[in-house]
Amino acid sequence: MSIFDGLKFRKVYSPIHNLDPRIKFIYVISIFAVAIIFSQVIPLLFLFVLQLPFVLLAHVQRQWLRSLRGAAFLAAIIFAVNVGTSFFYAGYKVTPPAVENAVALTLRFVVLVESFSVFFLTTSPDHLGLALEESHVPYEFAFAFTTAVRFVPVLAEEAQTIMDAQKARGLELEKGGLLKRIRNYVPVLIPLIVSAIRRSLELAEAMESRAWGATKKRTNLYSLKLHKGDYALLAITIGITVAAIYVRLYVIIPTIVHLL
Amino acid sequence: MIEAQDVRFSYANKVEALKGVSLTVKDGEFLAIMGQNGAGKSTFVKHFNGLLKPSSGKVLVDGVETTKTSVATLARNVGFVFQNPDHQLFSETVEEEIAFALKNFGFNPDVVEKRVTWALELLSLSQYRKISPFLLSGGERKRVALASVLAWNPQMLILDEPTIGQDHEQKEKLTQFIMQMQAQGKTVVIVTHDVEFVAECNPRVVLMKEGKIVAEGTGKDILTNPQVLAESSIVLPQIAQVFAKLSPLGFPKNVIDIYEAEKIILKATESKRQ
Repeated sequence: MSIFDGLKFRKVYSPIHNLDPRIKFIYVISIFAVAIIFSQVIPLLFLFVLQLPFVLLAHVQRQWLRSLRGAAFLAAIIFAVNVGTSFFYAGYKVTPPAVENAVALTLRFVVLVESFSVFFLTTSPDHLGLALEESHVPYEFAFAFTTAVRFVPVLAEEAQTIMDAQKARGLELEKGGLLKRIRNYVPVLIPLIVSAIRRSLELAEAMESRAWGATKKRTNLYSLKLHKGDYALLAITIGITVAAIYVRLYVIIPTIVHLL
Repeated sequence: MIEAQDVRFSYANKVEALKGVSLTVKDGEFLAIMGQNGAGKSTFVKHFNGLLKPSSGKVLVDGVETTKTSVATLARNVGFVFQNPDHQLFSETVEEEIAFALKNFGFNPDVVEKRVTWALELLSLSQYRKISPFLLSGGERKRVALASVLAWNPQMLILDEPTIGQDHEQKEKLTQFIMQMQAQGKTVVIVTHDVEFVAECNPRVVLMKEGKIVAEGTGKDILTNPQVLAESSIVLPQIAQVFAKLSPLGFPKNVIDIYEAEKIILKATESKRQ
C-alpha cells in the first residue's frame, strides 16, 4: 500500500503548497508531455533532477521517497520487460544501447510518478475540487473526484483490516502459484468493494439529508487567484516546454554509450 | 495459554500504540480487556494470533513465540472475530462463508459439512444456510462472522467488540454462549466498552490506557472502583451507580450483579419492616 502514501496529502505550508492548483496541474501535465517526447537517458535524467527543488521546497521528501519506493516494483518490471524484449530481438545478447534504452524508459516512468506525487502531496483535496470547479467542471463531478481522492487512504486502511480478518481465518495470501495467489485476493477484494459501495450509499444519504444540491448556483467561501509565484511557475512551465520542444526538434541528443 | 512479556508496538507512522504490556491469559480463563478508544486494546489482542508482531518484547501462545510461526498456524488454536463482520464476509452463501476457514485449514469435505451444520445450529442461523450473507441484518451478519470462526472449534477465542450493534436478546445469547465455551474449558478474551455486558458476565478485567495496563482484577473490583474507571473514561455499571449512591445508608458499594443486588435490597426492606 506504500504507493498510496505518495498520494496522501498532509497539511503543511510551503511555497509549493500555496501555489494555484491549476498552474501546478499544467506544470505536471507539461512534465508528463515532455517526458513522453523524449526517450533518451540524458533529458529524462534532467527532468528528474528538475523536480528535486520542488520536493525540497515543499518539505515532502520523506513521503515523496516513499512513493518512489512504492513505484520501484513497477519500475523494475518496466526495466526487465524492456531488457528482456531487446534481448530476444538482438539475437540473445544484452547490448549496452539496449540497457540504456531500458533505463530511459524506466526513468520516464519514474519522472511521471515523481511529478504526480509532488502534485498530490502538495495539493489538498479541497483545493483540487476548487480548481476543478473554477475550470467549469460541473460541481457534481468535481465533488465526486475530490471525494474519491479523499477516500483513498481510508480504503487502504480498510484493505489492511480485511486482510487481517481473512488471515485470522487461515487465509494465506502468499501461498501457491501465481494464479492461486491472485485467487487468494478474492476474499479481500469482495468485502472491500461491498463496503466501498455501502459507504458511498451511506454518504449519499447523509449528504442528501443535509440538503446537498438544494441550490443550483453555488458560491465558494474561497476563490482561487493567481499570485506572483503562480505566474513564475507558469513562466517556468512554458520555458521548459518550449525548450524541450526545441531540443527535441533541432538538437541531436548524445546517448551515454556514445559519450563514454 | 497466552503470555505477553513487556510488549511494545509501534505502527508504521511511528505512533507507539503499546508501551510495554505484560499479561498472562490462562487456559480456560474468561478475560475482558476494557479501555477508552485508542487505548491499544485491539492492537494488543491482534498480537495473540500473530497478526501483529511486537516491536520489542515477546508474545507466547502455548509456549510458541508468535514471531516464529505463521498467522495461519496460530489461528488454528486462536480464533479471532473482528468487530465489523463486513470486513470478512465475501461468499455467495452463509454456508460457504462458514466453510471458508475450514477449507483453509484443510479439513475433509465431510468434516466441513458437519462442522458447518454444527456452527449454524449453535448460532441459530440454520434457516439462512443457502442465503447470501449480504442479505442478512447487521446482527445476523455478526453471528455469521462468529459462526465462521467457531466452526473450526479453536481452543481460544478472541472477540473484538462483540456486543456492538446487538440487541438485548442477542447479548443475552452471547452471554450464554460464552458461559458454554467456559464450561468446555475454552479461553475467551473479549475487547469491549460495554460495562453492562461485563458486569453481567463478571470476567477478569484488564483496564488499558494509552498503551499500558492501568488496572486488573475481578470484574467486581474494577467495575466498582470509580477512581480507576474515571481515569479510563468508563462509567460505573448502573447497579454499581445505584449502590454507590445508597452507600451512606449502609449499603455495600461493590455490587454489580443483579441477583446479588436484589438479595441485598430484599434483606434491607425486610429488616426495616420488622
